[in-house]
Amino acid sequence: MFHGPLQTSVREKRKVKVKPYTFLGIPYYVLLSSLIIIPLLLIIVYAVTIQEQGLYYKFTLIYFRQFFNEHEFVKVMADSIVLALMTTLICLFIGYPLAYFITKRKPITQAILVLLITAPMWVNMLIRTVAWKQIFDMINPRLLGTDFAIIVGMVYVFLPFMVLPIYTVLSKIDPLLYEASADLGGSNLKTFRKVTLPLSISGVLSGITMVLLPAATTMVIPRYLGQNRVLIGTLIERKFYDSGNWGYGAAIAIILSLIIMVMVLFTKKLDRNKEVERDEKA
Amino acid sequence: MKKHNNLLSGIFIFLVLLFVYAPIFSLVLFSFNANRSLTTWGGFSFEWYGELFRSREIMNAVVWTFIIAILATIISVIVGTFAAIGLSKNKKLFRNVVINLNNIPIVNPEIVTAIGLLLLFQSLKLQGGYGTMLLAHIAFCTPYVIITVYPKVKSLDPSLIEAAQDLGATPMRAIYYAVFPQIKVAIFAAAAIAFTMSFDDFVISYFTAGSTGTNISIYLYTLKRGIPPTINALSTIMILVVTIVVTLNFILTRKQYKEV
Repeated sequence: MFHGPLQTSVREKRKVKVKPYTFLGIPYYVLLSSLIIIPLLLIIVYAVTIQEQGLYYKFTLIYFRQFFNEHEFVKVMADSIVLALMTTLICLFIGYPLAYFITKRKPITQAILVLLITAPMWVNMLIRTVAWKQIFDMINPRLLGTDFAIIVGMVYVFLPFMVLPIYTVLSKIDPLLYEASADLGGSNLKTFRKVTLPLSISGVLSGITMVLLPAATTMVIPRYLGQNRVLIGTLIERKFYDSGNWGYGAAIAIILSLIIMVMVLFTKKLDRNKEVERDEKA
Repeated sequence: MKKHNNLLSGIFIFLVLLFVYAPIFSLVLFSFNANRSLTTWGGFSFEWYGELFRSREIMNAVVWTFIIAILATIISVIVGTFAAIGLSKNKKLFRNVVINLNNIPIVNPEIVTAIGLLLLFQSLKLQGGYGTMLLAHIAFCTPYVIITVYPKVKSLDPSLIEAAQDLGATPMRAIYYAVFPQIKVAIFAAAAIAFTMSFDDFVISYFTAGSTGTNISIYLYTLKRGIPPTINALSTIMILVVTIVVTLNFILTRKQYKEV
């Protein structure tokens, strides 16, 4: 008789106990839906509608068609992606050995070197780009505006994004694995190929994504080092600021996002393939 | 053989560091240049520092950069931390959906986030200015707070809060005494990330600040007649502050290492 009611009261108490915490997220859910999800939907709405006779909005794909018909714009998009890919490759060829050499040093030296490589990231990106402009002005102003200057600037600004993730995975590899490989007769090169590289591939891939994404969309670097050359970021900016053609700007942004998404998914896929390969071998 | 390799890798590291620090060195050097040129040396002077502090426009940009960064950090850390705690008590499906949505602005190009917010403010007929800029900064900082704090909250023992409440704590007190002390480090890390993201932001600010709002990046980007040496002076001061903060942080964490 006495047992029943007590139990229910305990249960009720427990319910009350958990519930209040789930409400803690409400301000964030409001923020998430109003400032993150709705803006994305708005981009899509703007890209596929056109205003006709005052207040009527009609579905249209005209902006997308227009974009692919303007060869100049398609070329800008292709240029941006090629420049970003070259930047990513150079960052990888500098960043990987750098991260690898750093892990071979004493722990305290490692900490200092990582700090030195990442410290400039805390300085405003525009200022770092301006610094390169000043250097080019000093050495040879004719270089400004070339692909070379743009790539140097992008490698400079985005290199830490490549070094950090690679360093993080490399520093976690157990040094005993290298010894084991050497004991089993593996040459330095073979150890690198069979041990180091497969174990660090996840860092490489996240480094690639972290460089490729901002490099493909930057507005700042082409402005200072490209002598106001138009890349895809600038093109979107102009659609919004100069011509006020927002639907077109939104459509270009969607095309850009899709291309980048495909590239990111492709890199992710590479990672999975590697894992499958490893599993199969094991 | 090993020594030989060490030397080669040392040279490589040195060259990369040279590449990293040469522009910064030249930036600092020419902030002390007596003439206006940024490429030829005309003697030592503090002229540009004086001019920097007299320039209302630059000072205004610097002050607003700080105001926005501080407010955005405080708000996004509070909202994000509470959300992280709340999320850990939600159902798994809901959590996964939220975390995936949360990652959208992190993996999306900044310019896409920026025009999305611009379209939103425009549709709401909100005049671009510091208000919209602050909202935008909160919007892109909070996801970083969540991805920093949430994993830490999730790793806590879920019975912790219950234990606190069984001992008579109200829900808020339970969080304050049982949860906060354990996620403090993650909250500080999140605040540091949010602050630097906001302080250095250009693209999103540029699209959401309208014609009235400004910050350091917008000021630099919209300069009409090239870059004056006052910018070198400003950069030098910022580099000095960053160096001090980073060095202090290094010394402090180094002590921690030793204690462990």
